[in-house]
Amino acid sequence: MNNALLAAAPPTAPHALASNSVSRIMLTVVATLVPATLYGFWLYGWPAIDLWLVTLLAALFGEAACLKLAGRQALPELFDGSALLTGWLLAVSLPPWAPWWIGVMGGLFATVLGKQVFGGLGFNLFNPAMVARVFLLISFPVHMTVWVAPLPITAVTAPGFHDGLLILLNGIPRLDAVSSATLLGFAKTELSRGIDLMHSLAAVTAPGSSLAGARTGSLGESASFLIAAGGLVLLFLRVITWHIPVAMVAGIALPAAIAHAVDPARYLDVTTHLLSGGAMLGAFFIATDYVTSPNTKVGQLVFGTGCGLLTYVIRTWGGYPEGVAFAVLLMNALTPVIDRYIRPRILGRNWRGAPLDPDVERAKS
Amino acid sequence: MGLFEKFLHTLALPRWGVHPDDHKRPAADAPLRLLPLPARLYVPLQQHVGQPGRPIVLVGQKVLKGQLIAEPQGRISAPIHAPTSGIVAAIGEITAPHPSGLPFNAITIESDGDDRAIEARVPSDPFALSPEEITDLVAAAGVVGLGGATFPSSVKLALGKRTRITTLIVNGGECEPYLSCDDRVMRDFAAAVIDGVRIMMHAMGAIEALVGIEDNKPESIAAMRKAAVPFPEIKLRPVPSRYPMGSDRQLIQTLTGKEVPSDCRAADVGVIVNNVSTANAVHRAIRLGEPLIRRIVTINGGAVWQPGNILAPVGTLASDLLAFAGLKSEPARLLMGGPMMGIVLPHAQVPIVKGTAGILALAENEIVMPEASPCIRCGNCTRACPIGLLPLEMAANIRVDNLSGAAALGLSDCISCGCCAYICPSHIPLVQYFTHAKGELWSQERSKLRLDASKRLAADRAERLTRETKEKAAAGARRKAERAAQKAEAATAAAEADSSTETAT
Repeated sequence: MNNALLAAAPPTAPHALASNSVSRIMLTVVATLVPATLYGFWLYGWPAIDLWLVTLLAALFGEAACLKLAGRQALPELFDGSALLTGWLLAVSLPPWAPWWIGVMGGLFATVLGKQVFGGLGFNLFNPAMVARVFLLISFPVHMTVWVAPLPITAVTAPGFHDGLLILLNGIPRLDAVSSATLLGFAKTELSRGIDLMHSLAAVTAPGSSLAGARTGSLGESASFLIAAGGLVLLFLRVITWHIPVAMVAGIALPAAIAHAVDPARYLDVTTHLLSGGAMLGAFFIATDYVTSPNTKVGQLVFGTGCGLLTYVIRTWGGYPEGVAFAVLLMNALTPVIDRYIRPRILGRNWRGAPLDPDVERAKS
Repeated sequence: MGLFEKFLHTLALPRWGVHPDDHKRPAADAPLRLLPLPARLYVPLQQHVGQPGRPIVLVGQKVLKGQLIAEPQGRISAPIHAPTSGIVAAIGEITAPHPSGLPFNAITIESDGDDRAIEARVPSDPFALSPEEITDLVAAAGVVGLGGATFPSSVKLALGKRTRITTLIVNGGECEPYLSCDDRVMRDFAAAVIDGVRIMMHAMGAIEALVGIEDNKPESIAAMRKAAVPFPEIKLRPVPSRYPMGSDRQLIQTLTGKEVPSDCRAADVGVIVNNVSTANAVHRAIRLGEPLIRRIVTINGGAVWQPGNILAPVGTLASDLLAFAGLKSEPARLLMGGPMMGIVLPHAQVPIVKGTAGILALAENEIVMPEASPCIRCGNCTRACPIGLLPLEMAANIRVDNLSGAAALGLSDCISCGCCAYICPSHIPLVQYFTHAKGELWSQERSKLRLDASKRLAADRAERLTRETKEKAAAGARRKAERAAQKAEAATAAAEADSSTETAT
């Protein structure tokens, strides 16, 4: 059935529409990311603000260029908010003081190769922001793992506007003085050196794990609480449902709790797992991406659990300290399979699709 | 409502459906008005599911109000009566209330203004009658389901008698936005509705009746509760306001917990659903001997000056009703029925029929139809679907003309309620996709049947031809053999004759 056929048909019911739209959904999600992002700006200062801006512009530029090439009207689709959201999610998952070309390449990769080559909004198989992040992590492992300790914008030693631009362009001067490891990365390195968690985490050099979020990491990792609060707002507004976030959190928390209880010297505790490495960002904002997640409740529970478990497995036994991006991409690949096998029960039919037995229904009262 | 109660209320809501702005008030609160008798009435012969009526009057004939003018044909059909007294002006084609605007047959009656009714015989006590007698009276009165399906009520009552019905569900859901005719019936004629319910229960042998009314109609609930007090077998059940609560399968599930199997009718699980307006019509047919010749129609919409409910004879033109209610502005779209499932009227010169719950004249700002954008797989349609289908997957299949794929996903179970298209943030016309696919599948099915039939014919013919050839060949061979035998006989005879001649010579 093509569009010409649709256009030729007389208007049919329903003649009323809910006042919702794609751009409203996208902008709502963006709005719930704002507090965490602002907090991140405060923590990491001008370089972070500049990188965020560059990433967003690159993502939008990539989208616009592709729409132009495809001969589509660029403006309405460019401002449906989806490219903005993709760029934003990527920006808050990058090391805050990464150089400008990381943001540019990531932003372009996300919208061009992560989304538009598949046919644009609604057709991509993988989460564009995570595709770009994994691309950057594999291609530029050094730049993508240089983290800095929070240095609030109000601090005396924090880089000013001009210094921020210099960091964006030339990289971080006196790297040793400011660089730090994320908690997950630190724990992994120390474990590989044979130092167990009891000792490594107690050391003075250990990165902090402040509950308020002032900790080494990306913008979306440091502000776990604000991210989770934004996620709860999305739940309340019914932009997302609880299934994926709850399943993903449980998928991380359960194995973490068991392993930590068995051997606290080798396995990090639940709180650290949940507040580190963008677990909250992943559970509320990334795994819940509509396009790349299953469309039934049960399917979403399976998907979320898979994301959580894979995250834990990759973090604990994999080569990378963080696993959210890989886990989400792997489960994205499984989404069509999940959707094929997990379908809702049709009213008046059983799970296999056969009509119910009228005598059983008659007996109910 | 406090936040906590609101939360509890949300939990109690069914997990399907949508909650559109109901736009029912102020139209629902305006007192019922009586339409002055129109000069001409156009009574369609097809106002119900099944076969159309067959006219039994002649052009120029005088008819009285309530007189039979078209008799039912076939098993599922309904008779049609004159809505007022007057002269049959024409029997022929008029514009049908259908988006195609194709004409269909109607009897045009020129009113004489007297509104003289035919004499009616009324049973003194309907409960002394047998169920069959009630069914016959309901059939003779031309009562059909007024909730929208317009299925002949007598057929339903007879079905109830045959299939051990325990529960009569009375549908006062009226979940379509804008419409309030059922609300008005319950508020103004609660006692009549309850009486109709009792008569129907008697006719189908039901032991209880559950009256489901959406909780956005508190006046109706109060009026009906008061009217039902003397009859403990009739139970009032307020239900959450959730579209499509008025759909029979959803209402049955909400009130009884029973699910109607997808290949069965409600009667197969011991339940029959009838609309409150139908109950009122049954009451009038049995107690007053009045056939179904008038109904309450909601006139509503942003273009209407005085929205409200109007009691009008069947066959009144929509334009007469709109003129009576007054128009503020030129309507941007005319609908028969509600905005969720109603059909577009090509113009207002279309008569109302027994099943017309409302005529909506929507203003420009009420029908904003933004352009469709790509599906973002948000799953809102899946959550809203009251049947548990996957509208987005079905539409994706239909878009690439994979109709069998859509059918495998349960397209045939779709009730076209419009929840999916209503809630879709990408404004994809999902119902249009499904209607198109259902029509395609139906015609494919038909052409397949036709193809099968002609294949069978061709096979039969080929078989016959081979048989005939074989028979011909066999017959030929037989004849040949016979001829050879004859020849041989003749030869022997000749030889014998020769020999005898020889002997003779």
